Amino acid sequence: MPASSDLAPARVRRTAGGAQRSPALGVLAALVAALTLLPVVLVVVRGGVDGWGPALDYLLRPRVGELLAHTGWLLVLTVPATIVIGVLAAWVVERTDLPLAGAWRTLMLAPLAVPAFVSSYAWISWQPQLVGLGGAVLVTTLAYFPFVFLPVASLLRALDGGDEEAARSLGLGPLQAAVRTVLPRLRPAVSGGALLVALHLLAEYGVLEMMRYQTFTTAILQQYAVGFSDTAGSLLASVLVGLCLVVLALEVAARGRRRVARVGPGAGRRAAALPLGRWRVPALAFLGGITALAVAVPVVMVLRWLLAGQSQRGVDVSNLGPVTLSTLGLALAGGLLAVVLALPGALLLARRHGPLAVLLERSTFLASALPGVVVALALIGVAVDVAPVIYQTALLLVLAYAILFIPRAMVSLRAGLAAAPPELSEAARALGARGASVLTRVVLPLAAPSVLGGFVLVALAITTELTATLLLAPTGVETLALAFWGAADELDYTAAAPYAATMIALSVPLTVVLRRQITKEG
Amino acid sequence: MTPTLSRRTLLAALLASPVVVSACSRDEKYVPDPEALQIYSSQHQNVTEAWAKAFTDATGIRTQVRSGTDSSMGHMIVQEGNASPADVFLTENSPAMTVVERAGMLAPVDPATLDQVGEGRAPSSGMWTGIAARSTVLVYNTGQITEAELPASMMDLQDAAWAGRWGCAPGGADFQAIVAGMLVDRGEQETAAWLKGLKDGAEIYQNNIATMKAVNAGEVPVGIMYHYYWYRDQAGNKEGSGSTKLHYFGHQDPGAFVSLSAGGVLATSDRSEEAQRFLAYLTSGEGQEVLVSSGSMEYPVAEGVAADPALPPLDSLDAPVVDPSALDSDEVIAMMTDAGIL
Repeated sequence: MPASSDLAPARVRRTAGGAQRSPALGVLAALVAALTLLPVVLVVVRGGVDGWGPALDYLLRPRVGELLAHTGWLLVLTVPATIVIGVLAAWVVERTDLPLAGAWRTLMLAPLAVPAFVSSYAWISWQPQLVGLGGAVLVTTLAYFPFVFLPVASLLRALDGGDEEAARSLGLGPLQAAVRTVLPRLRPAVSGGALLVALHLLAEYGVLEMMRYQTFTTAILQQYAVGFSDTAGSLLASVLVGLCLVVLALEVAARGRRRVARVGPGAGRRAAALPLGRWRVPALAFLGGITALAVAVPVVMVLRWLLAGQSQRGVDVSNLGPVTLSTLGLALAGGLLAVVLALPGALLLARRHGPLAVLLERSTFLASALPGVVVALALIGVAVDVAPVIYQTALLLVLAYAILFIPRAMVSLRAGLAAAPPELSEAARALGARGASVLTRVVLPLAAPSVLGGFVLVALAITTELTATLLLAPTGVETLALAFWGAADELDYTAAAPYAATMIALSVPLTVVLRRQITKEG
Repeated sequence: MTPTLSRRTLLAALLASPVVVSACSRDEKYVPDPEALQIYSSQHQNVTEAWAKAFTDATGIRTQVRSGTDSSMGHMIVQEGNASPADVFLTENSPAMTVVERAGMLAPVDPATLDQVGEGRAPSSGMWTGIAARSTVLVYNTGQITEAELPASMMDLQDAAWAGRWGCAPGGADFQAIVAGMLVDRGEQETAAWLKGLKDGAEIYQNNIATMKAVNAGEVPVGIMYHYYWYRDQAGNKEGSGSTKLHYFGHQDPGAFVSLSAGGVLATSDRSEEAQRFLAYLTSGEGQEVLVSSGSMEYPVAEGVAADPALPPLDSLDAPVVDPSALDSDEVIAMMTDAGIL
């Protein structure tokens, strides 16, 4: 298809109007893609700077095997647990006659408002014996199952109920019908959600450090603490990148090629709600239990330490204002840069389907797998060796945020630009508008809600970013995550509480934005 | 109100925000102030800031502090090389200073400054000076273990009998300094064997405070740490140490190791005279009183300055005699890497 559409005369004529600026757009998009993938190259090169021999000696140690096993166990236990909880919760919320389904939908997304490292702090301050693999699996499962719930719930809402009804009319029971007709079609949503969970687990630092469970990411930060940006840290980071690529490949394989869309004439119809009957109480207990563990425990514990701090010694909160402001400043700058950098690629992908666009799409996909620690380590190396001017500046930190979150901005922008089809731009050009003014007067206003949505998603992610911030925050810059971590790392629960509460409060809009994703597709 | 209008407004707001951001974040960047003495410090931030402020008050010389952690900051200065803006480097433990010293990046400390500190509180090389001291201790949970059951030497903890019953924070520079002392004192073979015992039998914690709190909570009966975290907690609400006591190994045991916090002047400093004055101030009676009154509970190193009365006198601890110049944290890190701890 792409080849023939390039040859089609209508196509040629259609893109001809923008011919003089398209090459520039392509170059810009390619530059951004290169920027997002640069950290991988830098880290691998730096890791191999002493040659293959020492690199292999370092990597083929029992310790690296141990880290691999730790990382592997975490993934093997947490990913399936998030799938089971996410799918089951989505099915109960979207497909049954559950009372107050709307409220449950919100509650199942609410864990996203509690940064995982805040959740681990809450758990460990309540149940100090919860350390190691068990605690790590518990906290990460509760924090990350919404990544599965979200796409599965969206899809369940959008799926036509016709097939299920046909299966029922052919004699299958309600459960069998769902298993045979609905489950197979959930595959892309489940594997997409599971991919996100796996990537977050590979990049996770705060939870695991607090649970005293060592994986590649915690080992890389450890190595940074003893050796600054040495080859050992970069070698570990190279392995981590390798693991991320393996996870990506597994997801591509697991996603399958089955089509989800409904074909045939007539309007799609939502499936009838399945009566829960005697399952009503267990279903409510399940959702209630998940909510209690994933939301109530962190929130109650944070409030408890907040109150304890108030009554005990009147915890000094004078720092909270400035720290919140500097966090918001960074979030604003990083969100903006990510959106601006994502724009050329998103425009290109909305307009063209050539090999460059495909390459761009793939590279964004790869970049979305990069852990914060890898990006930070790469940027430190470059800044120290090549560009000391930006070393230890907020600029470097903002750049790291942008690189980390361009893929998120891209997803939103592409959805938005789909709302501004090329025909409208052509119409504007036919009426005499020039390139830049087409962009500002036609395309961007139409895409504005999505641009803002992307900006908000990125800014919120920055607000609670810990790992890259730990490595790159210049002297004198303190963020909420850093201030929280400084106190929590010394197990000073009361001093950490105000920052934890602020991060949770700032993350609430995330839940709201994401909830809309489910309902608007319904 | 048409939707386009509000969208335009939003867009305009979005496009205008870089201005707002740069206005807000102007003072956030760490841009070395050319008029200020650049202090790189991996000492506890509140101590360094107290020192810097007192120095500025006394001399009128402006200072700017950049904070980090020992080993990372030592290597950072080496990587920054001649371009490093640092004038002075202060550490929590001396091995990080030795990393910089071995890279040939330190200028000799004024002899008058070295004269201010006590015997054995500066390295034989004279390239840096001690500015504070801290002692290794064994913290133990009084509800779980009696004093008579405690190990006679830190070396005993490698025995199988202690497996799973002791905690430490080997990822931190504090602990690496202790092991560096052991390496000088007992040699490579014994140290490697001990580290293997640690790998097999110790509970690993993030830092000294986490170790102390774990002992306090009864997760392990004993733990290796530095003394001052315990005294600070005792001076406060005793939340993290109420069920514990400290055991000093003494007898010049590796577990009685006293670690020096170090101060040095960078050879590349363009303010070396002010930098030397800063070190002279830190080690003076006045500067050491700033340390004592900061509540950090670290030991002063200057002659004639008394430590906090809660602390046993430094000279009574019977610490092993080790030339701090001989402490090699890179070697320790390599050995810990070999042992699979790092």
